[in-house]
Amino acid sequence: MYRLEPQAREWIDRSTVLRFLFEDAPCEGYAGDTLSSALAASRPYFARSFKYHRPRGVLSCANHDSNALFQVDGIPNVRGDVTLLREGMHVAAVNTFGGLARDRARILDRFARFLPVGFYYKAFHSKRWFPRWERMFRAITGLGSVTLSAERRTTPKRYGFCDVLVIGGGPSGLAAALAAAEAGARVTVVDEAHRLGGASVLNDAERQAFDSLLRAVQASARIAVLSATAAVGCYADRWVALAEPERLTKMRAQAVVFATGVIEQPAVFRNNDLPGVMLASGAWRLAERYGVAPGRSVVMVGANSEAYSVCRDLAARGVRIAAIVDLRAASAAGPGTAGAGADDRGAGGACADAAACASLGIPILKGFAPCEAFAGRDGRVCALAVAPIDEIGRGGAAAGSPRRIECDAVLMSVGFAPAGQLLLQAGAGAAFCAELQQFVPLDLPAGLFAAGRVNGVYEFAARLADGRRAGAQAAAHAGFGAGSAASIERSTRRPSHPFPIFGHPAGKNFVDFDEDLQVKDLENAAQEGFDSSELLKRFSTVGMGPSQGKHSHMNALRILARVRRVRVEELGLTTFRPMYHPVPLKLLAGRGFNIERRTPLDGRHRALGAVWMPAGNWRRPEYYAVEGESREQSIEAEVEAVRTTVGLIDVSTLGKIELYGPQAGAFLDRAYAGSYANLRVGTTRYGLMLDESGVIIDDGVIARLGAERFYFTTTTGGSASVFRELSRLNALWGLDCALVNVTGHRAAFNFAGPASREILQSLTDVDLGEASFPYLAAREGSIAGVGARVLRVGFVGELGYEIHVPASGAARLWQALYEAGRPRGLRPFGVEAQRVLRLEKGHLIVGQDTDGLTDPFEAGARWAVSMKKPFFVGQRSLKILESRGPRQKLTGIEVLDAARVPKECHLVIDRGAIAGRVTSVARSRTLGKTIGLAMLAPPLAEPGSEIRIRAEGGEMLAARVVAVPFYDPDNLRQRAGLAA
Amino acid sequence: MKIMICPLNGARPVSEFVYGGEVRHAPEPARCSDAEWSDYVFNRSGSPGIKYEWWCHIASGFWFIALRDTARDVVLATYPADKARELAPVDPRS
Repeated sequence: MYRLEPQAREWIDRSTVLRFLFEDAPCEGYAGDTLSSALAASRPYFARSFKYHRPRGVLSCANHDSNALFQVDGIPNVRGDVTLLREGMHVAAVNTFGGLARDRARILDRFARFLPVGFYYKAFHSKRWFPRWERMFRAITGLGSVTLSAERRTTPKRYGFCDVLVIGGGPSGLAAALAAAEAGARVTVVDEAHRLGGASVLNDAERQAFDSLLRAVQASARIAVLSATAAVGCYADRWVALAEPERLTKMRAQAVVFATGVIEQPAVFRNNDLPGVMLASGAWRLAERYGVAPGRSVVMVGANSEAYSVCRDLAARGVRIAAIVDLRAASAAGPGTAGAGADDRGAGGACADAAACASLGIPILKGFAPCEAFAGRDGRVCALAVAPIDEIGRGGAAAGSPRRIECDAVLMSVGFAPAGQLLLQAGAGAAFCAELQQFVPLDLPAGLFAAGRVNGVYEFAARLADGRRAGAQAAAHAGFGAGSAASIERSTRRPSHPFPIFGHPAGKNFVDFDEDLQVKDLENAAQEGFDSSELLKRFSTVGMGPSQGKHSHMNALRILARVRRVRVEELGLTTFRPMYHPVPLKLLAGRGFNIERRTPLDGRHRALGAVWMPAGNWRRPEYYAVEGESREQSIEAEVEAVRTTVGLIDVSTLGKIELYGPQAGAFLDRAYAGSYANLRVGTTRYGLMLDESGVIIDDGVIARLGAERFYFTTTTGGSASVFRELSRLNALWGLDCALVNVTGHRAAFNFAGPASREILQSLTDVDLGEASFPYLAAREGSIAGVGARVLRVGFVGELGYEIHVPASGAARLWQALYEAGRPRGLRPFGVEAQRVLRLEKGHLIVGQDTDGLTDPFEAGARWAVSMKKPFFVGQRSLKILESRGPRQKLTGIEVLDAARVPKECHLVIDRGAIAGRVTSVARSRTLGKTIGLAMLAPPLAEPGSEIRIRAEGGEMLAARVVAVPFYDPDNLRQRAGLAA
Repeated sequence: MKIMICPLNGARPVSEFVYGGEVRHAPEPARCSDAEWSDYVFNRSGSPGIKYEWWCHIASGFWFIALRDTARDVVLATYPADKARELAPVDPRS
């Protein structure tokens, strides 16, 4: 290949030379070049294949060249045919061991016959050895290499919205965009190339028409253009993933036009993969955009009028065409058979191109086909052997001696496959049109429209018309304009040859360039019984390489159809799944996003030395670190403060719900296990929530603040799910009440300890006297100037007040309580001290001491269940469970050796079998014991019985079952504030 | 991503919603056998078909009923939650 004189419309800027390194050798290109065009202009070949490590060059230059993948500046598998050249790039070929020219694995090409399709399934199925072979194959194959030390490349994601999304910026796509915009729709056009223009070969008149279309698109205020952007997935309700170079756009469109065009397909003959053998449209793109000629002596293998158009175009650029080998016979036959001449029907331009080629003196061999290409010393193609097509038998042996044409490039223009993968993903069907030898879309889902060559519309004027039709219909679907009554006018010629595949006894006639699959590989796979399109794909891996079958799927179907002696349309397509095109993982990777909630007092905790722990999605102080104290000492001191004077804990993380309405009490009676309709105003009651199977799912304190007004708490972890389920129950039952989730609106503290009443009384006018504000009462009033709801609770087993205030007043009240309590020895306490305190009282924590199977009878919470009520969630199941008796019981335990502390979830072993587990355990300094809760089999659960706990390292610890509460069994301290 | 038509909030992306299970008819607790009740509590039908389902719009906390073809994953219609009482009457005694 070589550079031509400057071309009229080339995309490169020859005044700016860019220098880069290809495998450490200095190379040059121009600004606007792609890696492939710069390398193609200067080197015989620049890549090697995946399996046999054969030299490879340019194929399509249309974003689908799976052999032109490079390692660029540490990034693997960069596509050479679309990646723009930059100054100073360091580029290397993938699939080589020791560089492109000296690749040590090129020897594999000579062993090809020992590596037939599926060889690894047959040869390496020993379980013992497979991991070793797997590692070896991973090393030999495998595209680019990932640099694990590479920096993280984060790219943004965004949402996009438009009325009509047009995928494809060729003639039909732009016509569709204009038509939709004219109807009033906001339109976005995406194209995977850097510039709009599409992939088809245009003559001068067509280019001028296209340019005026492009100017109109650029002038339209309603049309946005995203170039270098691939539409890679089409999901439900017209949600399309757009992969831009450095961004992912999640585009929601009211209607989508798929003007995705067609992908040119290779002819299959021996050595059709040699560097220099390429698609005709690819050669045209190289010449038109980058001023690179495919060769100095070019042979065209054609089967359609596009072959002549390209030859005429290249000849006009000064490229010598050595011959045109036309697969079609001179005498016209009917469509659907090899050698049909039906192509040129009704296509005057195409006839003109053929006549022009003939008048230029280009030899035209009608009814000939390629037998074999030959490689020269530089690895590139140096000659093509051709023979009359009917003389090439099925086995590939030519009857007569083939004619040899010396050349340095072979172009293939034998047919196209629709780029309909996205449409099929989106739910469209496909019908095989035998006249066109192409699948065309069928039964498009609502809001999806196809236009142009993907529809089988090939002539330029017809493509514009089809684009306008689809654009108008899409706009109408989105609510703009009256649509279009036009129908799709498919081409009457046949752009694709029905079987451009030619056997050869020596093989190496490649169907899939990604995976180096030859014709015989597919034939063998089919003959071994993998003879449906899906099975053939999986066994042979055809279409499973980086180009996902864009150049191989159609030919593989044709081979399979011939082996099975059926028509292509009887086979059906394989399922197409996202992504349509390989997408860098950086575009898909999400950012780390973990919600962490902080209470309004977070800053106070930090100032007090809080050591944090996660609780649900909150962060809470585990304890407050004090200089000179260990963690254990701090926790013990916090416990002691609560037991002897007063402590303060932030419980703002509790779920907090308000409930209003005449039937609020009835609602709680149905939703919770206890009775609430009879709760007196100004009192509280424990609330236990069950699911339909009778399992405990949450608990909290329910306060009645008024006749039709309740306020209640849920666990920290359950706040969102409990509120959601209560909302659902309210919607289901339709009672006259309403719920409000005030979890974030309100803060709460537990102010507990023998001195709590006295200190709190100094800050409020609410009478805290035992008679006027007894245990389990609830009052509203002002504390230190902050409006508060105060609940008299006993969770930690001391006189205590749970104070709920608006979040805005939380810091002020906390500070007031802290300062009032400090002279008396107040300590703020964290979650860990609270766990010890409540354990000393034997109070369970839902989710820690209960699990997904624990019912109230097992948890010792029968007292919180009112079975006499007509209905509550879980009641019917509890009736069944009650009659059966518990399978396990939550009991208090005391480890006999007080110095030993087992861990939560350690198992209780009885006569060699698991008989329970420890659910909570702590060293209680108050009691001088190691105490805990355990879920035990009923026979072990009687107070006094001895159990054995399997602790760490298999050590068995002896423990005794004891009654709870461990501390203040008569609850005198929390009820009356008396010393026990 | 799919679009769900919430009866309260209109068309919203499905990521704003959570699924709340199929709308099912509870047997009357006082009259059904233990076996009938257990069947209701523990067994669900996973067979694809057209089903009424509970859905919740998370941001607004609004529960509603969707009629969905689970074989094709197409929401055919949505209704306010009153529909659930129509489909599975609530025990009137409480």
